[in-house]
Amino acid sequence: MPMNTEWKPKIVAFCCNWCSYAGADLAGSSRLAYPADVKIVRVPCSCRVNPLFILRAFERGADGVILCGCHPGDCHYTSGNYYARRRMTMLFSMLDYMGVDKGRTRVEWVSAAEGPKFAATMNDFVKTITELGENVKLGDLRCKESLK
Amino acid sequence: MQRIGVFVCWCGSNIAATVDVKAVAEAMSHESGVVYATDYQYMCSEVGQAKIRSAIAEYKLTGIVVCSCSPRMHEATFRKTAAAAGLNPYMVEIANIREQCSWIHKDMMTATEKAIILARAAVAKVHLNAPLVAGSTPVVKRALVIGGGIAGIQTALDIAEAGFEVDIVEKQPTIGGRMAQLDKTFPTLDCAACILTPKMVECSQSEKIDLLTYSEVEEVKGFVGNFTVKIRKKARYVDTTKCTGCAVCTEKCPSRKAKNEFNMGLNTRGAVYIPFAQAIPNVATIDATNCLHFKTGKCGICQKNCSAGAINFEQQDEIIERQYGAIVAATGYKPISVDKMDEFGYSRNPDVITSLELERLMNAAGPTKGTLLRPSDGKHPKTIVFVQCVGSRCDQSTKGGKSYCSKICCMYTAKHAMLIREKYPDTDVHVFYIDVRTPGKNFDEFYRRAVEQYGVDYIKGMVGKVAEHDGKLLVQGSDLINNEQIKIDADLVVLAAAIEPDPSARSIATMLTASMDTNDFFTEAHPKLRPVESPTAGVFLSGVCQGPKDIPETVAQASGAAAKVIGLLNKDALVNNPCVAHSDELICNGCSQCEKVCPYGAITYIDKEVRGPGVREVRRVAQVNPAVCQGCGACTVTCPSGAMDLNGFSTKQIMAEVDAICR
Amino acid sequence: MTARAAALLADGTVQRVLGWEKGDFDYDLTPAFFETADELKNLVYGDYSGANLSKYLIKAGKKEGKTLVFLKPCDTLSMNQLMAEHRVDREKVYVIGVGCKGMLDHEKVEAAAAKGEKKERLELMLGKCQDCKGKTFAVSDEVIDDEESRVEFGGNRFSKVAELEAMTPEERFAFWQSQLSKCIRCNACRNVCPACSCNKCVFDNAASGVSAKVNANEFEERMFHIIRAFHVAGRCTDCGECSRVCPQNIPLHLLNRKFIKDIDEIYGDYQAGESVNERHPLINYTKTDAEPSIVYERGGRE
Repeated sequence: MPMNTEWKPKIVAFCCNWCSYAGADLAGSSRLAYPADVKIVRVPCSCRVNPLFILRAFERGADGVILCGCHPGDCHYTSGNYYARRRMTMLFSMLDYMGVDKGRTRVEWVSAAEGPKFAATMNDFVKTITELGENVKLGDLRCKESLK
Repeated sequence: MQRIGVFVCWCGSNIAATVDVKAVAEAMSHESGVVYATDYQYMCSEVGQAKIRSAIAEYKLTGIVVCSCSPRMHEATFRKTAAAAGLNPYMVEIANIREQCSWIHKDMMTATEKAIILARAAVAKVHLNAPLVAGSTPVVKRALVIGGGIAGIQTALDIAEAGFEVDIVEKQPTIGGRMAQLDKTFPTLDCAACILTPKMVECSQSEKIDLLTYSEVEEVKGFVGNFTVKIRKKARYVDTTKCTGCAVCTEKCPSRKAKNEFNMGLNTRGAVYIPFAQAIPNVATIDATNCLHFKTGKCGICQKNCSAGAINFEQQDEIIERQYGAIVAATGYKPISVDKMDEFGYSRNPDVITSLELERLMNAAGPTKGTLLRPSDGKHPKTIVFVQCVGSRCDQSTKGGKSYCSKICCMYTAKHAMLIREKYPDTDVHVFYIDVRTPGKNFDEFYRRAVEQYGVDYIKGMVGKVAEHDGKLLVQGSDLINNEQIKIDADLVVLAAAIEPDPSARSIATMLTASMDTNDFFTEAHPKLRPVESPTAGVFLSGVCQGPKDIPETVAQASGAAAKVIGLLNKDALVNNPCVAHSDELICNGCSQCEKVCPYGAITYIDKEVRGPGVREVRRVAQVNPAVCQGCGACTVTCPSGAMDLNGFSTKQIMAEVDAICR
Repeated sequence: MTARAAALLADGTVQRVLGWEKGDFDYDLTPAFFETADELKNLVYGDYSGANLSKYLIKAGKKEGKTLVFLKPCDTLSMNQLMAEHRVDREKVYVIGVGCKGMLDHEKVEAAAAKGEKKERLELMLGKCQDCKGKTFAVSDEVIDDEESRVEFGGNRFSKVAELEAMTPEERFAFWQSQLSKCIRCNACRNVCPACSCNKCVFDNAASGVSAKVNANEFEERMFHIIRAFHVAGRCTDCGECSRVCPQNIPLHLLNRKFIKDIDEIYGDYQAGESVNERHPLINYTKTDAEPSIVYERGGRE
């Protein structure tokens, strides 16, 4: 079958199983649309997301990476998102310090009840990434079709 | 090399209408390691599952990917299917192509492309799956019920009936909850106390039930089958083992300023009090904020008059710690505050009351001994206006209103109107309503009786303003059926205030790590199929804390929750989640960072001789207790050497998914 | 110093001494173990004893008996951090704190000599010494110190980080691109770093999914250094060894120091190695921590 050929951002969304993945499911069961460019990776908790995974996604051609977890205070494992919050703050700061575009990484807290917020967040993130354009600063250029 | 089977579900037209399922199966058949790919209308049906089972046997599959609805829906189903065919259940991965694909995309090409990528990621992951075997942990055969209203009482009675020990923690001095405040109940009009108090007594007499009244949950640790809970027994300043409930102290107490909570503040009570005559336990409680002894150090009248010597001003809060296998939240509700809804003038005029206040005014044990009298002048009201949906079904942004329907107001308003017309036939009763909602056994008949037999005047429309006018209440409202503005001179206005979860529920949910919706109602594990369970294993829901409901529904849910608890406590051991962390002792540095981030204390360190290529020495290494680990993964990221990994969500698996998505 | 070491060896208090050994040139001092009085003749503590000996205590700990180690004030923080991580057993180490007046950088000394310039000592010091963190010993059994080595110097160690932060993203990108492209992935920074003490580094572990021996592209240059900085974040004492040993003169400490500056600003001042029992900032939290978006909201030119 024919496939889309125009440039579309590749976006990886890490979602914790208990809140944000359920929030994404709720967005789905409420039929709230957001771009297909977003692909969700299910993780047990936002604290399972290693900065390595985020760098890996960029390396392999992602244009944006977003991490979604339970709201602070609501972590299924009580404290996971607090650790994730510090880790991501440090990582994002380092990326910024290295001159990588601001905004290619994001953290949002989305509860299982926030289907509309999930969809709105993804719509907004895709918009931001589309405006930033293709990620060339932080990728393995060999993974980029257009730049081969 | 794995032999992978891919099963693409149509979910009827839910998936197939937007995703070209055949194209997904076709694309997957070319993926490395995939030896079989097919599609079917309903993979979760018996026929669908049989297809999976036979494919596992026929193609000697070592792993399967089901492209279907959310894994939160059917991952467990397909794991069982795999197990039935002799495949390790953890060799199953789900690609969520319904909630996260077909339901949110309209364009078939886009959705199909995405479904293929999601399926590819699941295939990449399953390549790295390893068979997992679950261990087990023993179950503590005791349950905790938080909340001693009708929901908590019923749940506890049912659990006790099955032979298990159960504790009720109630923050008030007595159990009984909201139902104890009600006068009569719809649609049968039997008196609430007559049907509730025998159950309260049963609780206190049951050998299996321990009532912890005037107590609050302080801390919850542990997990399903094995919770450790700290409970604060607040100081009553009364020795409950000595107090006989004679109530002499409550009569002698000179402090008379405290609002009587049980009567919704319509009258006052002493600083030492028993909430109501049939309270369980029937013992007095001193409210230190109003007690003259605590305020001035001078009084002690209650102590002097207590023949049992039960008064003890030195009493301290006591913290007790107990183990439970299951916890039931039955935290109930309260009416919303209508203070800010200026149009009704509730805070300005004593004759504008809420329905729960009316219950107390009509109750024989209430402040007026059951005679309906206006709070302002103690006269009989001749014209009464009821306003429904006060704060229900309204724009949430305004004045504390709620977007949901409180569900019980239509029926209790009909009950109030009917009871008043029955007792005082000379009274005019008007009811302003938006809709009258009466689904329920004998409910609509009940409402029709109010209108047809008792002549209650139902007006479709909302009240715009209640103003004081010559000692009367001028109610202005719209009659939508006759399309006119109407004014009624009323003596009493009764507001059917919306109900909301008890404010204590939020902190309890946090302690239980149970999720809540935006209105602070507890979320059920599945809105249709698991309505009495919280998504947090071992935590169950009973009554209004999960959503508005009337007494029969509450009791049904309470028994449902009890059945789930009994099912859990009946097991001697629980199968653990095998998706737990584990440490590679050859790589572990013994640095203790993982131990510090583990929220469950599942990691300990031992000195152990480790052996590997070129290594044979005693090292300090991390060990994970698989029964305690809940699989969050905090340790895996903290570990700089990557010694710590998580079953089912390993570093390599997640990276493989990322790679497949970005490919 | 040598006499004290010899005495402790002789009376059996310690079984070996960890210090700096004389090399072919004056500046060529290398960390070494000395086990006899005879070997101790080669022990030197001088202007070029920049090397932080703490990390060698991990290896020494696997041997029988106690090891005497000479630590400069900044090195004691590294040893404390290693103790916090159970990598070094206090019982097996005898620490002699040695005063330090700032170690010299032989490249700077030679460059000045070649040009015939006369420079202040401070100008000739190692970068890490120019940013001296103080004269206090975080851990010691005894101290050998003199007046001269207690002179405080060192400015704001974060000034270069702040300078980079003030640049535009394009300038920062160009800066790091030019610096990191020099990386030959020799692993010297990793091997010298007292915080990089893993039995097996993720970059050497085929099972980690990120192992690599060389930088195949610009991404991997950044990836290696970001991950290395991240792995030591909260644990890096800012000893500056990474930059000292880098054969390509990449200012690697500016990565670690960025994390330290962020931690100080966002979570409150923290010096790794100051305490053995504290949780470091990345294995700690408060409920009211800043959201990650803070890094996008903070200043810096666009």
